[in-house]
Amino acid sequence: MSPLLSLRGLGVRYSGATAAALEGVDLDLAPGERLAVIGESGSGKSTLARAIAGLLPQTATLEGTIAWPGLDHPARNGRDIGFVFQDPGSSLDPVMSVGKQVAEVAHANLDMDWRAAMRLAVELLDRVRLPEPSVLAHAYPHQLSGGQKQRVAIAAAIAARPRLLIADEATSALDTIVQAEIVALIRELVAEDGMALIFVSHDIALAASFAERIAVFRHGRMVELAPTVELVAQPRSDYSRALLAAHLGLEAHSGAGI
Amino acid sequence: MNRALRLLRRRLIGSIPVLLIVIVGSFLLLEAAPGDAVDAYVASVGGDAGMIEALRQSWGLDASPMTRLAAYLWALLHLDLGHSVAFSRPVLDVVLERLPNTLLLMGAATALSFALGTALGILAGARPGSARDRLLSIGSLALYAVPGFWLALVLTIVFSVELRWLPLSGMETIASGKTGFARALDIARHMVLPVTSLGLIYLALYLRMMRAGMAEVWRMDFTLAARARGIGRRRIVLRHVARNALLPLVTMLGLQSAQMLGGSVVIESVFSVPGLGRLAQEAVGSRDTPLLIGIILVSAVLVIVINLLVDIAYAALDPRVGANEANA
Amino acid sequence: MSLRRLFRSPEAVAGFVILGLLGAMALTAPLLFPGDPLAIAGQPLLRPFQDWALPLGTDRLGRDVLAGLFHGARTSLAVGLAAAAASILVGSVVGTVAGFAGGLVDEVLMRITDAFQTVPGFLLSLALVSVVGPSLSVVVAAIALSAWTGPARIARAEVLSIRERDYVASARVIGMHPIEIAFREVLPNALPPVLALSSVIVAAAILTEAALSFLGLGDPNRVTWGGMIAEGRAVLRSAPFLSVIPGIALVFSVLGVYLAGEGVVESTAAREGQA
Ligand SMILES: Nc1ncnc2c1ncn2[C@@H]1O[C@H](COP(=O)(O)OP(=O)(O)OP(=O)(O)O)[C@@H](O)[C@H]1O
Ligand SMILES: [Mg+2]
Repeated sequence: MSPLLSLRGLGVRYSGATAAALEGVDLDLAPGERLAVIGESGSGKSTLARAIAGLLPQTATLEGTIAWPGLDHPARNGRDIGFVFQDPGSSLDPVMSVGKQVAEVAHANLDMDWRAAMRLAVELLDRVRLPEPSVLAHAYPHQLSGGQKQRVAIAAAIAARPRLLIADEATSALDTIVQAEIVALIRELVAEDGMALIFVSHDIALAASFAERIAVFRHGRMVELAPTVELVAQPRSDYSRALLAAHLGLEAHSGAGI
Repeated sequence: MNRALRLLRRRLIGSIPVLLIVIVGSFLLLEAAPGDAVDAYVASVGGDAGMIEALRQSWGLDASPMTRLAAYLWALLHLDLGHSVAFSRPVLDVVLERLPNTLLLMGAATALSFALGTALGILAGARPGSARDRLLSIGSLALYAVPGFWLALVLTIVFSVELRWLPLSGMETIASGKTGFARALDIARHMVLPVTSLGLIYLALYLRMMRAGMAEVWRMDFTLAARARGIGRRRIVLRHVARNALLPLVTMLGLQSAQMLGGSVVIESVFSVPGLGRLAQEAVGSRDTPLLIGIILVSAVLVIVINLLVDIAYAALDPRVGANEANA
Repeated sequence: MSLRRLFRSPEAVAGFVILGLLGAMALTAPLLFPGDPLAIAGQPLLRPFQDWALPLGTDRLGRDVLAGLFHGARTSLAVGLAAAAASILVGSVVGTVAGFAGGLVDEVLMRITDAFQTVPGFLLSLALVSVVGPSLSVVVAAIALSAWTGPARIARAEVLSIRERDYVASARVIGMHPIEIAFREVLPNALPPVLALSSVIVAAAILTEAALSFLGLGDPNRVTWGGMIAEGRAVLRSAPFLSVIPGIALVFSVLGVYLAGEGVVESTAAREGQA
């Protein structure tokens, strides 16, 4: 089966930057596949996510190719790609009701009239497990908690049933319990809708808990790409090993101490 | 709605001390001016030395400053703003007679500058840094530097003297006998130049604020998020970026009202519009301090009222206003 | 470095060129036009570019328009700068005291500020000039009377954020007097954002002075552009240039102040952005 997305020699350079933010990335993503992208801060994870979604600033220059063999047309934001940002607080318009913000995605991408779009929005708010969705649809972002806002953002991202969901550190700004709930929600939605998922995170344990493959980034390069089981059991690159060691360090250390 | 009412009540209470300070300030200015209310009254109505003394006593003007201030407040409470020397009439009557013309002028100028200013600001701010943006920015800055009274003269030279398209001055054609729609049209023709002269500088201001506000909103994450959700550019510009950038302009609408009232002095003088501003100039010309102070007081009340209305409008436009109190 | 950035923007360069010209006009006025600019210089209502001795012509009374323009630049600039300096001084002192003292003092000072913003500034200026009588210093005071509120608010907001910082706390610890802390430690740090406002204040002051003079409330012993414009009104049909020329000078001056001010603010913002 042909991949949904295919990157060849992808590179990105921001204007005025000395080093490339991303360099020579080759990657294929199968339809419905769950891929985790991990790496330390500044390694180019967000740059990769935004390059795929065509959301880089105009001043950034792109190299290589981003192809969509799984689609018979160029990828469209909203319709083919759903994107969830890190900070739920700032990814929603503060003066528009959350229901409207979900509805406008349906209205823009699915050719729905506003009435139908609003109905769908309430259904989607229900689907992302928000309480009393028909009431909550009229609320404004400042009336919701961080976790609730992220649920709204997820509802907006999947409103047009995209083939690919990109979550760029979608849980990093939330506390641990809420984080687990959001991850569970994303997993469930991806499975139900058969979406492919690119889950960007700096937490290798979180990523390993549900991704089928893991891509490890460092200094703008992909240093390793392997199935999760393989990467955790026998990482090939020193950097992946170091990342794993850092995470497992505590257990390994206490084990040695006894 | 409850939210707006609560806000209104709080603002109303908050404006009381402000109004009191304005009144005390007015009182001090009146005290500083040569002559007192009795001199003013006698100058216009007439009277001998004995009557002056009697009046001074009955008006309490020979009492201590504190008593005089109390008497002044008491009079204001009964809507007595004193007596105008120049018009030989109560100040309030003269002021209220002129107020509607100024309100019409200001209302039209505000509507023009706000509507055109935001529209052009959106055009400029839709693509920050574009050629269109740069052109509009520089144009608005140039406009912002033009003094209203000079613009008024230049417009007069062009449209009234050279082209003869518009009337030179006044509020309407004198003794034209026009009524109804014909009269409204006549007044409108007379108001074109004054409204333009008064409003153009604020048009530039709103344009610049809208543009700067939009540039700021573009940097916020939710505009990128809207793009990521496939929302069309037009809708992002209008419903998200401009909508958010509009809020500070609404606040400015209230703050600007005091300045516009000041600006109407010169504009009304140039075009001989019988409004509050021209009245102020007349008061200065005839050294009629009680009248000038009366105008200042009425203007202050007007500014407070306008700001209250603006606050309500703002609360309706920004769901975050008063959110904290609602929970308390 | 920052100068180079400043002069990279053509707008800022234009602003400084205009300001330079204005300053040169103001400084050279007594040298180039040593006589009284209010004195009669030739035949009245001479049009511009007719006589090389009087290149911009004469007004209704035969006074030299060019000399008036030069001496008017002096008045405009002097009043603009003095009024702006006075407003910034008063405003930052009030704002610093309010923000630093807090409590009742802050409340009272801010209500007074509100009151001054509620009264139309130009009416306040009119009232002061009409009660005290027109002279250059009264005009300056009248303009400052309504212009100090902006700097006061900004200074107060700055002081509120500064007063909790470390160096203020350490000044407290070593037993500095609160007034000394307020004016030696806090005020100097609160000043930059207030100064960023100065171009707007200078421009507004120039415009207010012109409007007052236009209404005949400027200093009667000095040439002002506003006064020249008003003077020209009487012959608006036959000699419009008399009102138009000083107005153009006014527009350019204010524009120059804005452009230069914006250039400075933007170049410092860019420098901070890079740091
Ligand atoms: N808009 C931009 N302009 C210039 N440089 C940028 C921009 N965005 C990112 N960079 C630079 O590109 C590099 C990669 O950044 P990126 O945001 O992709 O990292 P990241 O892996 O997502 O990090 P984090 O975990 O902190 O989100 C960094 O060095 C960053 O400074
Ligand atoms: Mg990132």
